Amino acid sequence: MSTDTQQAADGDHQTEAQLQERIEELEAKVATLETETGENGKKMTIIATQGSFDMAYPPLILASTAAAFGWEVVVFHTFWGLDILHEEKSQNLKLSAVGNPNMPVPNAIAAVPGMDRIATRMMQKKIDDNGTASIEELIDVSLEQGVELQACQMTIDLMDYDEDDFYDDVTVGVGAATALEHMAESDVQLLV
Amino acid sequence: MNTEFDITETLDVKGASCPMPVVKTKAATDELAVGEVLEVLATDAGSMSDIDGWANGTAGVSLLDQVEDGDVYRHYVEKTE
Repeated sequence: MSTDTQQAADGDHQTEAQLQERIEELEAKVATLETETGENGKKMTIIATQGSFDMAYPPLILASTAAAFGWEVVVFHTFWGLDILHEEKSQNLKLSAVGNPNMPVPNAIAAVPGMDRIATRMMQKKIDDNGTASIEELIDVSLEQGVELQACQMTIDLMDYDEDDFYDDVTVGVGAATALEHMAESDVQLLV
Repeated sequence: MNTEFDITETLDVKGASCPMPVVKTKAATDELAVGEVLEVLATDAGSMSDIDGWANGTAGVSLLDQVEDGDVYRHYVEKTE
C-alpha cells in the first residue's frame, strides 16, 4: 500500500487513469470478498448423521438460528441423518426407548415391542405442549432463510431413495468432498 | 410498559419456543425500514438471553430494551441499517 502511494506521489509511472483503473480493480475485489464471506462473514457446516426423532432437532435448531444471524449455513445429511430430509420418513422419526437413560423404564421393558412408539408419542406430546416447532416447520424456516440442506448422494443410492423423496429445495448430488470444501471455509463445524 | 419510542410493528410469538422467537424476529426486522422499531411479545423465558445474543451478533439491528411484563417478555428491536 505505502509503496503504491509513494509511487503515485512521485508521479513517475502511474498516470491518474492507471490509478483510477487500479482503484476500480480493488473495489471489485472487495465487493467479491464481501459477497463470498456472506452478510456477517460467518459460515457454519453441520454434518447430520442421526435420524432419530430427538436427534433431528439439534442440527435444525442451530441451522435456522445461525441463518437468523446472517450466517451462511450448510447442513450435510448423511446415513440416518438423511431421513430428516425425506418428506415421508421425517414425519415418522422414532425415539429409541432402549439404551436411553432418560427413559423412566428399565431396558428390559423398553425392549418390549411397541415401546419406541410409546416413547415417541410421549415426546411428541411434550413438544406440542411446549410450543416447540415440528421438524417440518424447522426445515421450512431453514430453507426459507437460505440454509442449504444437502442430501449425501452416496446415502441416497445406498438407501435406495429417490431424489423426489426429499423436500423441495433440498440439494442432492453432493458428496464428502463438497461437505469438506464448505467445512474448510467455515468458522463453525459440527458433527451431530 | 415502555413507550419511549414509536413501535412500527408488533410480532406475537407467545407460546413459541426456541428457535422460533429469534427466527421470526429476524424475518420481521427484514421487513422494516431503517429507524423503525419492532416489538416482540414472547413467553419463552430463553428469549431474554437469545434475542439479546442475536441482536449483538447480527449486523443492522439494535436491541433498545427488554421488559419482563408478567408472563410476557417484551423486546424492542430497531433496524439500524
